[in-house]
Amino acid sequence: MSGRTISEKILSAKSGTDARAGDIVVCDADLVLGTDASSPMAIGYFEQMGGQRLFDAHRVVFSLDHYSPPSTAKTAAFHDQVRAFASMHGAEVLEVGVGISHQVVAERGRVLPGDLVIGADSHTVTCGALDAFATGVGSSDLAAAMITGRIWLRVPETIKVSLVGTRPKGLAAKDAALAMIAELGAEGANYKTLEFHGAEVAEFTLEERFVFSNLAVEAGAKAAIFGADAATDVYLADRTLIRRSAVASDADATYAAEIVVDLARLSPRVAIPHSPNDVIPVVDALGTRVQMVFLGTCTGGRVPDFHEALDVLERGGGRIADGVQLVVTPASREVFLRLTADGTLGKLTSMGAIVTTPGCGACCGTSGAIPGDGMTVLSTANRNFKARMGNATASIYLASPAACAAAAVTGQITDPRTIG
Amino acid sequence: MQLRIEGRARVVGDDINTDYIIASTRKRDTLDEQILKRYLLETVDPKFAASVQPGDLLVAGANFGCGSAMEIAATVILAAGITAVLATSFSRTFYRNAINNGLIPVECETNSIAEGDRLVVSLDGNALTVENSTHGARLAAKPISPMMTHILDAGGIVEFTRRGGWDLYVRRAGTRT
Repeated sequence: MSGRTISEKILSAKSGTDARAGDIVVCDADLVLGTDASSPMAIGYFEQMGGQRLFDAHRVVFSLDHYSPPSTAKTAAFHDQVRAFASMHGAEVLEVGVGISHQVVAERGRVLPGDLVIGADSHTVTCGALDAFATGVGSSDLAAAMITGRIWLRVPETIKVSLVGTRPKGLAAKDAALAMIAELGAEGANYKTLEFHGAEVAEFTLEERFVFSNLAVEAGAKAAIFGADAATDVYLADRTLIRRSAVASDADATYAAEIVVDLARLSPRVAIPHSPNDVIPVVDALGTRVQMVFLGTCTGGRVPDFHEALDVLERGGGRIADGVQLVVTPASREVFLRLTADGTLGKLTSMGAIVTTPGCGACCGTSGAIPGDGMTVLSTANRNFKARMGNATASIYLASPAACAAAAVTGQITDPRTIG
Repeated sequence: MQLRIEGRARVVGDDINTDYIIASTRKRDTLDEQILKRYLLETVDPKFAASVQPGDLLVAGANFGCGSAMEIAATVILAAGITAVLATSFSRTFYRNAINNGLIPVECETNSIAEGDRLVVSLDGNALTVENSTHGARLAAKPISPMMTHILDAGGIVEFTRRGGWDLYVRRAGTRT
């Protein structure tokens, strides 16, 4: 037999079989995540399934992140329902304001190399940056996993993504990740894992790797995995006492396809309405007027993202353009607190930014600022589907934190490298 | 499982994401599919929901159900009286959610199907066939995988789990570290 990919290794360990691409395996999950958007339905399925208890209350976490804070009486009721269920079964609730599920479990050291993470949120794939097999499911698979601790999975084929070429100054991980999902297309990685390789991987911090893993689902990916290295160890060192060996793919592993992302040839990118796969160089979108800039989400709501944005805003004179609303939503409370301690949020607020509760925020129109009719939004998020932010007449563009900040300075889509 | 579904084709395009099937903002007020079905595919066509008749079949292009994994996208389609979706491809999360709730996902070439065509979808075991009665054409469809056939045969993931289906498919107890 040929060697194995990271997915094959993790799913072998979790199923107790020699799992190969194409096999159907029943796996034991290490961590099962629900959100306030998916858990109310999951609780219904749990009851219909005759669920009596959670398979392991310590491995089930509920996050109140989509309606943070509740934007309607009904969403407040969803929260109470989830709290009551979690309390009855002894599971942890990540309360309103704690942050986005997959961000919080990562920063709390709950995801380790070799883990299988099941989350009822498509962006659970973000956790793959920690050398885990992390994948999104719906509410009924979540309910079954809550009861049994198990998930059946078809072992995915793997696409090898090689990050090569010297990264130019001013090229964000978001730019490269947008270029990657544009090349793959909206279903180019459907049912498959993206496994990241190449000499440049080491140049990306964990916060940047999360961006690649996160956006992978916009190409349909089931998982998006970076093998653990020294940077992973550093990230996990002060987050958990547990030490886990890296899961690496074998040199003779079989890949369904290989793509090369040559960083040296890339420049800042922007995804245009209404698809995250519709990506053009930012220089081809210059001058597009924007009325709202959104810094946040599980793609662009981490500490370095806001530092990059603040740097551009300061280089641009420290002033937000007239007619532009700048909405700032840290992905988690930890991010919020670090940005408070280092003064970033104070500076952004004094420039006129609106700082909102950590969580999913305005990303999917479930809480936070909804754009007005006909508005153009530039966002650090991952999806720009029509009506995604709650208004079908708004046009959403996606870009890096730096490019978003540049637009906040000028009032139009701007190459961040030209600011200051 | 044996099933024969006859209905009218309701054609939509490629990359219909789950937010288009039902907008996340609608879920802030209710999760009652009987109410949410009024907003089915409203972003694609605000008049669509009102024009749906129970028994209609949804026909899409590539990558149906991409984006959010929200399961209500599958259950709202069922609530509208649509029991099968035909598409050239499905996103993996939508496909799972469909099977788990007994909505039949039919992966077949859909380019030849026009709005209003009479279609017959037949499921026999795990084999799916599609006939376009309007054009007298027969379309090859991808069979449903064995695991998903078991779930479908049970009537969905709820019954599958109630009946202890999981234990039947574990080859060996997993090793947890």
